[in-house]
Amino acid sequence: MSEQAHPKINYVKIWFVLLVLLTVSIIGPMIGIRSLTLITAFGIAVVKALMVCGYFMHLKFEKKIAWYILITILALMFLFFFAVAPDVMKHKGNNWVRPSPILLPVQGGGHH
Amino acid sequence: MSHVPVATLRSVTGIPTGRLAVWWVIASEIVIFGGLLVSYLLFRLYHGEVWGAEAAHTNTVAGAFNTFVLLTSSLFIVLAHKAAEEKNIKKAFQFIWYTIAGGGVFMMVKAYEYTTEILHGFTMFKSVFWSFYYTATGLHGFHVLMGMLIMAIISFDVKKGKNLHRVENIGIYWHFVDVVWIFLFPLLYIAK
Amino acid sequence: MSTSHEHHPLSFWQKYIFSTDHKMIAMQYMFTGIFMGLIGGFLVYCFRMQLAFPGMSVPGFGVVSPGEYNMLVTNHGAIMIFWFAMPVLIAAFGNFLIPLMIGCDDMVFPRINRLSYQIFLLSSVVLIISFFVPHGAFGGAWTAYPPLSAKAEYNLTPLGAPLWLIAVALEFVAFLLGGINFITTAMNSRAKGMKLHDIPLVVWMIVIASILFMASVGPLIAGAVMLLFDQLLGTSFYNASAGGDPLIWQHLFWFFGHPEVYVVLLPAMGIVAEVITTFSRKKFFGYKTFLYSTFITGILSFFVWAHHQFVAGIDPRMANIFTATTLLISVPIAEMIFCYIATLYGGSIEFKTAMLFGLAFIVEFIIGGLTGIFLGASGMDIYFHDTYFVVAHFHYTFVPIAIIGFFTGIYYWFPKMFGKMMNEKLGKIHFWGTVIPFNFIFIPLFFAGMAGDHRRIYDYRHFPDLSVSLVQNLRTTATIALIAMLMFQIPFFINLVMSLRKGKKAGANPWNANSLEWLAPSPPPHGNFKEFPEVYRGPYEYSVPGRDQDFWPQNMPS
Repeated sequence: MSEQAHPKINYVKIWFVLLVLLTVSIIGPMIGIRSLTLITAFGIAVVKALMVCGYFMHLKFEKKIAWYILITILALMFLFFFAVAPDVMKHKGNNWVRPSPILLPVQGGGHH
Repeated sequence: MSHVPVATLRSVTGIPTGRLAVWWVIASEIVIFGGLLVSYLLFRLYHGEVWGAEAAHTNTVAGAFNTFVLLTSSLFIVLAHKAAEEKNIKKAFQFIWYTIAGGGVFMMVKAYEYTTEILHGFTMFKSVFWSFYYTATGLHGFHVLMGMLIMAIISFDVKKGKNLHRVENIGIYWHFVDVVWIFLFPLLYIAK
Repeated sequence: MSTSHEHHPLSFWQKYIFSTDHKMIAMQYMFTGIFMGLIGGFLVYCFRMQLAFPGMSVPGFGVVSPGEYNMLVTNHGAIMIFWFAMPVLIAAFGNFLIPLMIGCDDMVFPRINRLSYQIFLLSSVVLIISFFVPHGAFGGAWTAYPPLSAKAEYNLTPLGAPLWLIAVALEFVAFLLGGINFITTAMNSRAKGMKLHDIPLVVWMIVIASILFMASVGPLIAGAVMLLFDQLLGTSFYNASAGGDPLIWQHLFWFFGHPEVYVVLLPAMGIVAEVITTFSRKKFFGYKTFLYSTFITGILSFFVWAHHQFVAGIDPRMANIFTATTLLISVPIAEMIFCYIATLYGGSIEFKTAMLFGLAFIVEFIIGGLTGIFLGASGMDIYFHDTYFVVAHFHYTFVPIAIIGFFTGIYYWFPKMFGKMMNEKLGKIHFWGTVIPFNFIFIPLFFAGMAGDHRRIYDYRHFPDLSVSLVQNLRTTATIALIAMLMFQIPFFINLVMSLRKGKKAGANPWNANSLEWLAPSPPPHGNFKEFPEVYRGPYEYSVPGRDQDFWPQNMPS
C-alpha cells in the first residue's frame, strides 16, 4: 500500500507546544476571572484538539473528504445541543417551575 | 481463508481502505461521545451552581497529569508511525509499547482517582453530576483499554515487518481518544 | 485483471456458518431477518385478536393479559424495525448487491462483516431470551420512555427491560460495523471507469442510509447506556426527583428515531428504482434529481424529530419550527416519487411479480406520505397524537418499505441469488393476497383513530364511548384482514422452497438488465467475477435509439 509522504513535521516540537497550552489552561482558572477561565479552558482545548488532529493525525495533509466527514458530524452535535437546549433547559413555564435538586451530604471521609 | 480481497486493495478515493475506515470509525465515535457530552452540557449549564459545587471535588491535579500522559503517549504513537514509515521496525515496536505504557499509567491514575472519590462518598449515585462523571470517564477509559489491546495485537505483526500501515491507523484512533480527553478535562475538572 | 484465491473445498462450517463471503453473510442476515419477522407477525396476530375479540383466548397464545398486551406491542414494533426491516433491506441486500454492483469480489473487510452478523445474531438471541425470563419481556413500548422503562417497579419486567435494551444496543453495534464496511467498500472499491453517477441508485441509497444511521445513533447509544445504568445500577439520569430529566431521553431517542425511518426508507426506494427501471425498459428519469433529493432528505431528517414530541410539553413556538421542517421534508420525497412516475411514463411495462410489488410500493407509500402531512401539522397532531391514525400512517409507510419493498427485491434478485426462477403464478397470488388485505387492515384504523381510538389500549370495553359497534367493527375488520394477509404469505414460502428445489434454471441475466451483478453467473461463485468488469456508462441505458437491443450493459464497450 503506497504511503503518501508527509512533509517533515517535528512531532516533539508540537508536543512541547501542547504541554505549554496545557499549563496555561491550568493556570487560567487560578486567576479567578470566570470568562478568562472559560476561554483558557475551552479555547485552549479547541486549539490543542486541532493541533493533534492536524499534525498527529495528519489531517492537515489528508484528502479533504476526511475533513468534511468529521466537520459534518461535529456540526450535528452542535445542532443537537442548540435544538434541545430550549426545551430541556427551561427553569419555568406558564404553569410550572423546576427547582434544582437538593443534594445529599457527603458520606464518610473528610474534605478534599 | 485469510487472503485479502481485491476490494480491499482498490482505492478510488486515494485514501487507503484501512485508513478511510478508521475515519468513519472516528465519525461514529464522535456521535457517541458527542451525545453523552452534549447531554452532560445540557444538564451542567442548566444546574449551574449546584453542579459547580459537585464538580469542585474532582481531582484537578490527577486530571492535568492524565492529560499530560495522554498527550505524551500520542507523541509516542506518532513517532512509532514515523519509524514504521522509515521501516525501522524495532523502533516502531518500542514506541508502540511506550504508548501502551502511557495508557497503562492513565488507567492507574484513574483507578486511584475513582478509589479516593468513592471512599469520600462521591459515588455514581451521589448526584447526576457524578453519574455523568463516572459514565463519561468510564466510557473513555474503556476506549483507552481497547486501544491498548489493539496496539498490543498489531505490535507483533509490526515486529515481523508485516502490516506496517496498521500503526498509522491505530494511531489515528489513539489520537481521537486523546482529543476526547482534551475536552473531558476542562468539562469535568476545570469548569468549577 | 483476474481474481485469484485458494480453490480447496470448504467444510460445512466454513461455507455456511463461519463464512466471510458477502453473499453468504447476506443470506444469513436475510433468513434471520425473515425468522424474526415471522415472530413479529405472530405477536401482532396475538394482540389484534385481543382487540377484535377482547378477553377471548387467542388460538396459539391463550388469553392476553394487560401486561402481555404491552409486551406484544412493544416487541412487535422493535422486532419489525430492528430485526426485520433493517437486516433484510440494508444488511441482506446491501451485503449481496454492493460488491456485485460495483464490480469487485467482496466487502473490504470480510472478517468484520462476519463479526457484524455474529453480533446481530447475538442481539436476536438476547431479545428472544427476554421472552422467557421471569416476569417476561419488556412492555414499555418500543420508544422505551423513562421513568416507565427505567424503574422495574413501574414496568414490572426487571429482567426483560435491561435485556431488551442490551439487545437493541448490540443490534446498533452490528449495524455500525456493517455500515462502515458498506461505506468504505462503495467509496473505494468501484470498478475501473465507474464514476459516481454510474453507481446504481440502490447502492447509493444503502450507503446513504448507513451514513444516516451512523450519524444519528450515537446519542441514542449514549442514552441507552444511561438508561441501562438507571435500570441496573440505580443512577438517576432520567429521574426528575433526583436531579435527572426524563425529557432528555425523548430527545436522544427521537434524534435517532426520525432519521431511522429514512434509514429504512432509502434502501427500499433504491430497490424500487432498480426494478421499475428494468421493467419499463426505459432510462431512469432524473438520476441526479433523485440523488440530490436524497441528500436533502437526509440532511432535513435531522431537523424534524420533535414532531414526535408535539404534545410532550415542548414550547409551542418550538413546535411551529418543527412543523415547518416536517412539512418541508415531504417535498424532496415527493420529487423522488415524481422521478419514479416519469420513469414509468411511456415505458414498455412488463408486469412481472417484482414490478407489481414495485408499483404497489409507489401507490401505498404515497398514501402513507400524505397522511403524514396531517400529523406534521402540530395543531392537528394535538388530536391525532397517540391515536390509531398515527399507527395507520406509519404502517402505510413501513409496510411498503419493509414488506412490499422487501418482496420487490426478492422477486427481482432471487434468480441471481439462487440460480433459479421463481414461479410467477404463485407470485401474483402472493402479491394480490398481500396488498389488498393490507389496505383493509389500515384504512379502518385511520377511521378508528379519527373516532378517538387511543394506542396501546388492551381492551376498549373500558371506554364506553369507543365501545360502539361502529368502531368495534373497524377493529374486527382490521384483524380479519390481517389474518388474510398472513395466510397469503404461505404461497410465498411455498414458492421459495419449490423454486429452490425445482425452479427453472436461471441464466446470468434473466431480466436483460444493465448493472454489473447480472454479469456474474447465477449464483455467483466465490470471488464473483472471473474477470473484473470495466464500466463505460451508467446503469440505466435502456431502449437507446440506434441500438438493436433494448438494453446496454454497463461493462460492454461501445
